[in-house]
Amino acid sequence: MARKITTRRKTLNTLFAWGIGLLIFFPILWTILTSFKTEAQAIADPPVFLFFDWTLENYAIVQERSDYMRFLWNSVILAGGSTVIGIAIGVPAAWSMAFVPSKRTKDILMWMLSTKMLPAVGVLYPIYLLFIKLGLLDTRLGLTIVLMLINLPIIIWMLYTYFKEIPGEILEAARMDGAGLKEEILYILTPMAIPGIASTLLLNIILAWNEAFWTLNLTAAKAAPLTAFIASYSSPEGLFYAKLSAASTMAIAPILILGWFSQKQLVRGLTFGAVK
Amino acid sequence: MAFHIRALLGACSVAALCVPAAAETLTIATVNNGDMIRMQGLTKDFTEKTGHDVEWVTLEENVLRQRVTQDIATKGGQFDIMTIGMYETPIWGKQGWLVSLDDLPESYDADDILPAMRGGLSVDGTLYAAPFYGESSMIMYRTDLMEKAGLEMPDAPTWEFVADAARKMTDKDNEIYGICLRGKAGWGENMAFLTATSNAFGARWFDEDWKPQFDSPEWKETLTFYLDLMNEAGPPGASTNGFNENLSLFQQGKCGMWIDATVAASFVTNPDDSTVADKVGFALAPDTGLGKRGNWLWAWALGIPAGTKKEAAAKQFIEWATSKEYLELVASEEGWANVPPGTRTSLYENPEYAKVPFAKMTLDSINSADPTNPTVKPVPYIGVQFVAIPEFAGIATQVGQEFSAALAGQQSADEALAKAQALTAEEMEAAGY
Repeated sequence: MARKITTRRKTLNTLFAWGIGLLIFFPILWTILTSFKTEAQAIADPPVFLFFDWTLENYAIVQERSDYMRFLWNSVILAGGSTVIGIAIGVPAAWSMAFVPSKRTKDILMWMLSTKMLPAVGVLYPIYLLFIKLGLLDTRLGLTIVLMLINLPIIIWMLYTYFKEIPGEILEAARMDGAGLKEEILYILTPMAIPGIASTLLLNIILAWNEAFWTLNLTAAKAAPLTAFIASYSSPEGLFYAKLSAASTMAIAPILILGWFSQKQLVRGLTFGAVK
Repeated sequence: MAFHIRALLGACSVAALCVPAAAETLTIATVNNGDMIRMQGLTKDFTEKTGHDVEWVTLEENVLRQRVTQDIATKGGQFDIMTIGMYETPIWGKQGWLVSLDDLPESYDADDILPAMRGGLSVDGTLYAAPFYGESSMIMYRTDLMEKAGLEMPDAPTWEFVADAARKMTDKDNEIYGICLRGKAGWGENMAFLTATSNAFGARWFDEDWKPQFDSPEWKETLTFYLDLMNEAGPPGASTNGFNENLSLFQQGKCGMWIDATVAASFVTNPDDSTVADKVGFALAPDTGLGKRGNWLWAWALGIPAGTKKEAAAKQFIEWATSKEYLELVASEEGWANVPPGTRTSLYENPEYAKVPFAKMTLDSINSADPTNPTVKPVPYIGVQFVAIPEFAGIATQVGQEFSAALAGQQSADEALAKAQALTAEEMEAAGY
């Protein structure tokens, strides 16, 4: 009897989880479906779900009109570059706070997080003026730095949480065996924290890839990533939903595929230490 | 020997004049409208003629507006040419943020630009942006539904006639609504329509002393009329409908009439997208007999930010894109119906263009809008569906939210007007008026 209830509950839980999953995924699914419709079908009322004349016309128009590869390349450089630099700064910073804490470590962590509490638009003009002075407007370098800085608090917080789970005694033992600071971080700490670092890396690539405020405001023609590519397909006068959906699908496809392949690592990293 | 050197120097100086200016790469910010997309496709013609390359930055309208304002105000120098509207041009021209376009060559024939467009893009007679395409608003109506209702649309109807026709055309059981109008909040959305409409009802935003006028009986009449009409003959959920939402409703045959931008005429008559393409008629925006029609005036224009290092090349581009030759180029490639409308007198004198079904009504609508004298009573501002002051966009968006909430049934017309009056008075006082 008990077994029966368990199975039923399991089934219900599974169905519930699938329901929630589909609900969350539905906007993306709808975008993908719309990208295969004509503009007239995209706005049809009642909406058509699966039974329409599937067309690749929107993808052809988007390919013809925009240089997708240029936007894609910029996205790869910005997301990859900002994450790698962020991790390079974040690992030593998190190490020091996790293993050599001071009285003020908690305050420093909170202070770092406080930068995320200010709306980005509040510092738009100072940053814009700085970028003009430094000649960084519409450059990949400038945008990489900004994306790295806005994600750095998250990187440090995540790494700090993972590092706290690693027993300090192991590092002490390494030190007694003659390991210097470099060896300690590179050969002892990093291999043990690989799942945590990997999930931090992946999450930050996703965050940087999808970042749309700074990437739209600080770029023009040269450094514009896929967010600008999507924005260029919205129209105030004229129907654009199908073409916009095709552009969005093309923009999210790489990151969706990356997420799909690395989901095990991502989930493992995000739940790392949660049960201890 | 000296003679040879002089001859050589002379030859060099002549040669230097003959060599064209160095090829530049121009960065142009624009919106994703059909005419702009077409221009991007034809840019190779400009490159072949001048040697200059063009890089396009296409953005959503609100993002574009924020982006170019931010860049021009900080002298960021990101763009050599900006696509701006009739609202920004006089404000930025006055600030000295735009390069004057008065020195374009005679062959450009600036006098050919429609006077209403030229006036709206100039400050004290100096042209600061060249119109790429211009539009007004007009009535697009279903000829079959009008006939079914036993009515005939005059060329210049009154609001009384339009309201009566809308009620008679409405058939809610079959999802046919007599009239579709903008309800979505925004200074360029419902407030563009309502401000233009209020002109026909004798209302105005400000009196000569910049005192807000939302407490006037004319505004009350405008808003009450609009709300009653939309509640009785408008589509459900109209408070979230903007241009594109109404376009899709009209194309699906759900609107009897739609009053909106003249540029919509080419969409609703396009049989690829519109189910009612062969049943559309056009008429001037309505009036109430007070001498002003409720039609607006707008132009998407090309301007050069002051301080650009590529001013000469940028002027060459504007000269190319807004010339008579460009119109002919579009006509030869894509037909006369796809030529950017509303900018040049000569286009409307062209017998080929006269065959386009909405050409005459577009011109009549543009000509009947007067941005320098938009209202029945005198006003201190320029603009038909906007007030050309920097504070307007912010204020009108808030007022638009109040009016949109009234349409959604969340408050009465009186409440919306009282809030509009209070917030406008407060903002204007803070701005030092």
